[in-house]
Amino acid sequence: MPSLSLLSQSILSGVFVGALYGLMGLGLGLSWGLLRLINLAHFAFAFLAAYLCFQLAAMGMDPLLTLPILVPLFFVLGAALHWVMARFAISPFNSLLLTFGLTGIAESLIQSIWTADFRKLESRYAQLKFKVGELYVPVPELITLVLACALCFALWAVLRYTDLGRAMRAAAQDAPVAAAFGVNEKALGLLLAGTCAGLASVAGVCVALSFTLAPSQMYAWIGVVFAAVMLGGLGSALGPLVAGVLIGVSEAVTMAVTAPSWAPIVSFTLLILILLLRPGKST
Amino acid sequence: MKIARTPLAILAAGAALAFLPLLGLPAFYDSLLYLALHWIVLATSWNILSGYSGYFSFGHGAFFGAGIYTSANLMARYDWPFLWTLPAAAAVAALLGVALGAVVFRVKGVRGEVFALLTLAITFVIGTVVTNTPLDGGNGVSLAGVAVPKLGPTPSATFYLLALAAAVATLLIAWGIQASKFGAGLFAIHDDEDAAEVMGVPTYRYKLVALAISCALAGVAGGIHALFLSYVTAGDVFTIAVPLTVVLMSVLGGTRHWAGPAVGAVAITALLYSFTAADHAVAGKAAIGAILIAAILFMPEGILARVARLWRGKAAPAVAAAPAPPPAAAAPARPAPCRVAGQPHDEVLLRVRGLAKSFKGVHALAGVDLEVRRGEILGLLGPNGSGKSTFINVVSGHFAPTRGAIWFEGRSLNGLPAHRVAGSGIARTYQIPRPFAHLNVLQNVAIATLFGGAVRDPAAARRQAMQWLEFTGLEDKRDAHPDDLNLHQRKFLELARALASRPRLVLLDEVLCGLTPSEIDDAVALIRRIRDQGASIVFVEHVMRAVMALTDRIVVFNHGEMLAEGAAHDVMQRPEVMTAYLGRALHA
Repeated sequence: MPSLSLLSQSILSGVFVGALYGLMGLGLGLSWGLLRLINLAHFAFAFLAAYLCFQLAAMGMDPLLTLPILVPLFFVLGAALHWVMARFAISPFNSLLLTFGLTGIAESLIQSIWTADFRKLESRYAQLKFKVGELYVPVPELITLVLACALCFALWAVLRYTDLGRAMRAAAQDAPVAAAFGVNEKALGLLLAGTCAGLASVAGVCVALSFTLAPSQMYAWIGVVFAAVMLGGLGSALGPLVAGVLIGVSEAVTMAVTAPSWAPIVSFTLLILILLLRPGKST
Repeated sequence: MKIARTPLAILAAGAALAFLPLLGLPAFYDSLLYLALHWIVLATSWNILSGYSGYFSFGHGAFFGAGIYTSANLMARYDWPFLWTLPAAAAVAALLGVALGAVVFRVKGVRGEVFALLTLAITFVIGTVVTNTPLDGGNGVSLAGVAVPKLGPTPSATFYLLALAAAVATLLIAWGIQASKFGAGLFAIHDDEDAAEVMGVPTYRYKLVALAISCALAGVAGGIHALFLSYVTAGDVFTIAVPLTVVLMSVLGGTRHWAGPAVGAVAITALLYSFTAADHAVAGKAAIGAILIAAILFMPEGILARVARLWRGKAAPAVAAAPAPPPAAAAPARPAPCRVAGQPHDEVLLRVRGLAKSFKGVHALAGVDLEVRRGEILGLLGPNGSGKSTFINVVSGHFAPTRGAIWFEGRSLNGLPAHRVAGSGIARTYQIPRPFAHLNVLQNVAIATLFGGAVRDPAAARRQAMQWLEFTGLEDKRDAHPDDLNLHQRKFLELARALASRPRLVLLDEVLCGLTPSEIDDAVALIRRIRDQGASIVFVEHVMRAVMALTDRIVVFNHGEMLAEGAAHDVMQRPEVMTAYLGRALHA
């Protein structure tokens, strides 16, 4: 059994990584819940953004200042992808297959530009950390946590309190009826898909800030983030964050108590249990 | 005979290909051909569950990996001879599949993308367990010291021959399933699992058996591949690559045909080879992604279906002329009327006592006592939400009752799954017709004959089904797909399906709803003829004209309870019935 301070340090790091799960899951869950598209390319978007951030930072840019460039860029990419899927009236299952293919293409693209070697973003934040009591708080992870919380709450507020958000939720429940009441569901779909891809790029920048990058790493996130989304509820803005932190902490504790290589089993076992016990919510 | 030709062709092709190593091609070609056959086994085995029944699995890598690790460990640790490890690999993979399916297939909501994600997660769970246990130990298993059996002139030829044998066996199994009653049931599950169960398809058992076969074949492919690789690591085995590739191959080739995945496997392997040969492995991965996208967008039914349609377009006149329906005399006789038709007996056919069904506190049925006598048409009436459809859903076994008991012909139906209820002689129709969308009209009816009517041979089932199409006047539409029928025809198809299982009791759920007056007259005449066949009928309906004309007796439900019972004209005059339908008069 690890010491108390070690355990609380791992819980803290679990919270940090969990916030990133939540941030990744935010766009994925919104697209699944409100657009009925299971967008595996969300992970490809995130990793493309992470590598672009790495590239820009290597050219001397502050990683956080890449956001104003990356978010609009990925907004357009996401909206374009959605336009194609809407044009061909893709079913949810086929959207999974199609974006699976897209993810493969993105992986090859990344590999051919940046090679399969591990890359680590060097920035002035990378080594920064401060001490609260016994605990070390690394700055990149703290940035992730703040960004994740801010974005999740902002989207939650938009969906809940604005006409735009209400229109989106109405279009998700019954697009033809919403359209009959004057909701332009096509435009809303593009807007939402673009937003989700923009969120993916923010998550990607956060990945670049605190993780070593490799093209195949994107697959490592899929299971965990899906678990967070399904546990948190499809189309929910706050759910994935809460669920992500829950999963992050249980993973971190598992790693501290047993061995790091056992960590994947936590999220996947959780995912399996959720799918089996609450299937009504996820279909 | 047309039927026996396909397996002979598969065997002949296999036998011809077995001589290939004698040509003395460079070992490189043996390996390339080995890989093509290897993917044929994996993709075709995946298709047996996922293509036929529509349960897309992303967990095929887990079962393949289970085969790999079973074989590898038995060889490396226990010195088993290689060939003996293959049955063990199949058994372990099948066992894993059955254990998974026994849990997953019990949960009704786990369909479509939820099943896909669940199986994806299984891959990583098994991968993690293997990595962290002595099965792998984190370093992988080396098989460098294991001897390759001498089946061919060279080791690479041996692998080729092994994979060839596995591919021939897999294709034969896939063909056999597609041509059988089992396959018909899987295709019905693909289109509408609830309706399939109600027709008498044992959906749970079928899915489980299909998964077990699929896993066992993947396990064999894994066992062979373990020695082919000669060094296996969990990181390379339990990836997303295997499920991605087999899904791609099957979707590309076509998932509704036994040969589809094989076509896709050959195409993709050749494509990948041309990329690796030109030293563009990374571009190959991108190409696979691009092909998957193009296939989904432009050929969602796969190459084989596309080619078949072109072929059919050319050969259309010949097909239309060829199969004349067999003469009615040659077909099995219809159920002999068990008595003089048309008059109700006193014998009780269905007895229901205290039947209740609640949905989270809503009492859809709140304790109903009811009897249906042999040969009668019992009208079941009541305002919307009074529990009529719930009654049908509970009696047909779709919902388990919360309380109460059901006896049919003196036997208890309590706790029986819907397919057993169907098998014991009860059929139903749906208010909104639920035909199997990918099957033609004749096949739709043949499913009911096969399963509800317990006919073993698909050809005999089609002959009987044809009779029921004549009975309902749909014989001209036998080759049409349900989408091409109008509502009237779809309702009659629903009736033909219900009758094809030769039920003693038919539950008709608003068959007349949405029909025009003249269509209603046709339907009423048809329902009379159904009763004259010897079947009893429970008739849920709002069209009073038909109720008055057809029923021997009616029962009125209100708020899940029985409000009144008796002859139609008598019951409808009663004040409590009028109140339930029209509301209470102001002065009352």
